[in-house]
Amino acid sequence: MLSLAPEKVVAAAAEAAATSQPEATLLIEVEGVRKTFPGVVALDNASFRLRPGTVHALMGENGAGKSTLMKILAGVHEPDKGVFRLRGRDIVLKSPLDALEHGIAMIHQELNLMPYMSVAENIWIRREPLNRLGLVDHGRMNQMTRELLRQLSIDLDPESNIIDLSISARQMVEIAKAVSYDSDVLIMDEPTSALTEHEVSHLFRIIRELRAAGKGIIYITHKMNELSEIADEVTVFRDGRYIGCMQTERLERDEIIRMMVGREVTEMFPKEPAKIGEVALKVQGLTLDGVFSDVSFEVRQGEILGVAGLIGSGRSNVAETLFGVTPASSGSITVFGKEVCVDSPQVAMAQGMAFLTEDRKDTGCFLNLSILENMQISVLNGEHLTAGFVHQKTIDQLCESMSATLRVKAPGLYERVENLSGGNQQKVLIGRWLLTNPRILILDEPTRGIDVGAKAEIHRLISRLAGQGVAVIMISSELPEVLGMSDRIMVMHGGRVTGILDRSEADQVSIMQLAAR
Amino acid sequence: MAIANTGTIDKLDKGPLSKFRIPAEARIFMVLLGVALIFEILGWFLVGQSFLANKERLLVMILQVSVIGIIAVGVTQIIIMGGIDLSSGSVVALTAMVSASLAQTSEFGRAVFPSLTDLPMVVPLLSGLVVGLACGLLNGFVIAKTAIPPFIATLGVMVTARGLAKWYTEGEPISMLSDSYAEIGSGITPVLIFLGVAALFHVILSYTRYGKYTYAIGANRAAARVSGINVARHLVVVYAVAGLLSGLAGVVTSARAVSGQAGMGMMYELDAIAAAVIGGTSLNGGLGKITGTVIGVLILGVVTSGFTFLRIDAYYQEIVKGVIIVVAVVADQYRQRHRRS
Repeated sequence: MLSLAPEKVVAAAAEAAATSQPEATLLIEVEGVRKTFPGVVALDNASFRLRPGTVHALMGENGAGKSTLMKILAGVHEPDKGVFRLRGRDIVLKSPLDALEHGIAMIHQELNLMPYMSVAENIWIRREPLNRLGLVDHGRMNQMTRELLRQLSIDLDPESNIIDLSISARQMVEIAKAVSYDSDVLIMDEPTSALTEHEVSHLFRIIRELRAAGKGIIYITHKMNELSEIADEVTVFRDGRYIGCMQTERLERDEIIRMMVGREVTEMFPKEPAKIGEVALKVQGLTLDGVFSDVSFEVRQGEILGVAGLIGSGRSNVAETLFGVTPASSGSITVFGKEVCVDSPQVAMAQGMAFLTEDRKDTGCFLNLSILENMQISVLNGEHLTAGFVHQKTIDQLCESMSATLRVKAPGLYERVENLSGGNQQKVLIGRWLLTNPRILILDEPTRGIDVGAKAEIHRLISRLAGQGVAVIMISSELPEVLGMSDRIMVMHGGRVTGILDRSEADQVSIMQLAAR
Repeated sequence: MAIANTGTIDKLDKGPLSKFRIPAEARIFMVLLGVALIFEILGWFLVGQSFLANKERLLVMILQVSVIGIIAVGVTQIIIMGGIDLSSGSVVALTAMVSASLAQTSEFGRAVFPSLTDLPMVVPLLSGLVVGLACGLLNGFVIAKTAIPPFIATLGVMVTARGLAKWYTEGEPISMLSDSYAEIGSGITPVLIFLGVAALFHVILSYTRYGKYTYAIGANRAAARVSGINVARHLVVVYAVAGLLSGLAGVVTSARAVSGQAGMGMMYELDAIAAAVIGGTSLNGGLGKITGTVIGVLILGVVTSGFTFLRIDAYYQEIVKGVIIVVAVVADQYRQRHRRS
C-alpha cells in the first residue's frame, strides 16, 4: 500500500470499503463520513480505521478535518451520512457522555477539569462512591484514585486541587479519568503542545502502557518527529478528505508533507504587481514573554507579507502585539522610520494601522448591531464629530459607498450583522478598517469560513490595496492563499520565525517544512 | 482609500415581513396599554369609576415613579454597555442626606451645620450632584481598574453608601429645609426633570459618539477594544454619569419629602433595573432604548397606582411586579433566540 501514490491509496481504500465485511478486530471503522456546517463542508467521504493495541496518528493542515472527525468519534457532532462502526457494530452517538459510556474518551486540547475540585472528585464526578447514608464516601474515592494512578504510574495526590497542578499533571488526570471509564478508545488532541520534554517522555510511557493493554489511541499531532517515536500508523487528511494511511516504520517525512499539502492549486490568487515603496513597518526582536520571542521582519509599501504557521505557532499573537492589543514585553516597532511604543490599539490606529482579527464573532463583529454601526465605529473621531455629535449623514454616505464597493449583500445598512453570511460579515469588518484609510493593514485569516466567491473578491481587494501602496501583512492557514498572494512569506513555529521565504523560492513543501519541524 | 465605487449596495429581497418590523418599543407600549386597560375594566367593576380618565391620578402615578425613572435612565445606559449598577438606591440616600443638610433654614435650632444654613438652592443641588458623581466615579474606577464584576463592585458601593448615609447624622433625619430647595420636588417638577433627563439621554445615546461607543462595548467588548475604543475610560465615564443621575434623584427625593433620611431610596436600584429590563434592555448588553425604559417605568407606575386605585393590598402589587419582571426577561430571551435561528 505504501508504494502507491496517495490518489491510488484513496481508490484502494474506497474499493476495500465497498467489498469488505466489517472486521470484528477493528475498534473503530469509519467510512464515507460526511459532515457539513453552514457554508462549509468540513468532512467529505472520510475513512478511518483504528486497531486495538495501536497508536494511530492523525495528521493534516489546519482545517483538514481532523478535529471534525474526532468530534464525530467523541459524540460531539453527528455525521450527515456515512458508516461509523464500533467493534464491528454500527453505532450512533448522541452526546459525549454517550461516547464515554461506549468506551470512547476524548482528552481535550482545552482541558475540561473543574479547577477548584480535587483530582479524585474530577475523575469520579457523576460516579462518586456513596456510603450507606447516600453521601459521597471520600475515603473510598481517594483510595480508588490512588489505585488508578498507581496502575498508570502517575504520581499525584488524589486530594490536591486541579488549580494547583501543572498543565501536564492536569493532562495526566484527564488520561486517568478516561482510563477509569474503562475506555477502549482514547482520543488525544495535540497532547504534547503544552508539555516539556521530560513530561512528554512520561506521557509517551503511559501511552505505551495503554497500548500494551490493548487500547486504541488516536493521536492528533502537528509534530513530525513524534510520529516515529509513538505512532504505529498514520492517517493523513486534507481539505476534509481522507488522503492515505501508512505504517510509521516505513514512513518518510517528505511523503507525509506531500500528502498533507499535495492539493492542486486550482484556485489561483494572483497578486497584481505593485510598486514596492519605502519600509512601512519594521519589527525588531519583538517578544511577548511566554508566547513568542525575537520576531523580526519588515514590510514595505505595496508589499504583501504572508505569514504562515500552524495554529499555536504564535502568528496571531504577533499580530495582536503589533496592534497594541497585547503590548510587547520587549523589542521595537518602527512605523515609517519612527519608533513607536504601541501599547494600545488607539496608538496603532494613530500610526495608520488597521487589524482584521482572526475571529469574526469574538473580536470583530458587534453581532446585534447594524452594518452601519459596525462599519462606522472606528472613524467616530475628529473630522466626523461636532461637540460629540456624529455627522451621521456624511458617515451614512461613506458606509453606503464602502459597502457598495465591497459588494456587501444585505437588505440595507440597518440590517443586523448577525443576519449576514460569513463573507458579508467579513466585508463589513474590512469596510470598517478601510474607512480609516490605513497605511498598514494586518489581516488575520481574511478568508476563513467564507464561500469561494467572496474569497476571490477579498483577494482582489487586498491585491488592489497593495497596488495603492498599502503595506499588507496577511496571516493565513491556507497555503495556496499565502503562496498566491504574498510577495514574501514569513513562517513561524513555536513562537519563533523559522524562515522568511521569497515568493520565487516558496512552495507548499518548503513552507510546511519550516512550519512543522 | 480611493477604491472606485463599482455599484450600489446589493439589495436582497427578504419579503414584506422584514420591511414592517414592529419596533420593540411599540410592543412594550402595547403591554403598557394592556395593563392600563385591565385596571380600567377592573375599576369599572370593582370600584365603579374610570382608572384612566382622571388627570390627577395619572399625574400622581408619574410623579411616584419619576425618581425611579431618573435612576433608570442612568442604569439603562450601564446595562446597554454590558454592566449593572446596584448602588443607585443607596446613592439616593447619601445624596439626599448631604444635600438636605446644606438646605436647612436657620430657624431650625439643631441644624447639621448651624453655620451653613439659608444657603441658596444651588449649593445643596450641586453638592448632591457632586456626591452622586463621586459614587459613580468610584464604581467606574473599581470596575475598570480591577477586573472584578460590576455586580460586586456596585454591591460594595451600595452597602458603603447606605452606611455613610446613616453615619452622616447617626441615623437622625434632616428636616426644616428651605422653600427654594423644596421647589425642586414640588408639583410636577420631578416629572419634568425625569422627562427632560430621558429626552436628553435618548438624544445622547442615539446621536453621539458616547452613545455609539456604549452600544459597541455592550455588544462586544473585545471587538470594541480592537476597534480603537478606550474601553476602560468609557466605562468610568458611563458609571460616573449614572452616579450623577442617582445624585439628581437623591436631590429630588429629599426636596419632595422636604427632609433627608438614611432609609430613602431603598430598593430603588432594583426598580430601576426592572424598568430597563421590562423596557426591552438586554442584560447581555448592546441592546436597549431610553424610550423603552420610559415605558417600562410607566408600567411600574401603572401597576403601583392601579392596585392602590383598586384598594387592593400592597403585597399583591409586589407579587404582580415580580411576575412582570420575570415575564419581561423570558420574553426578551425568547425574542433573542428567535432572531438568531
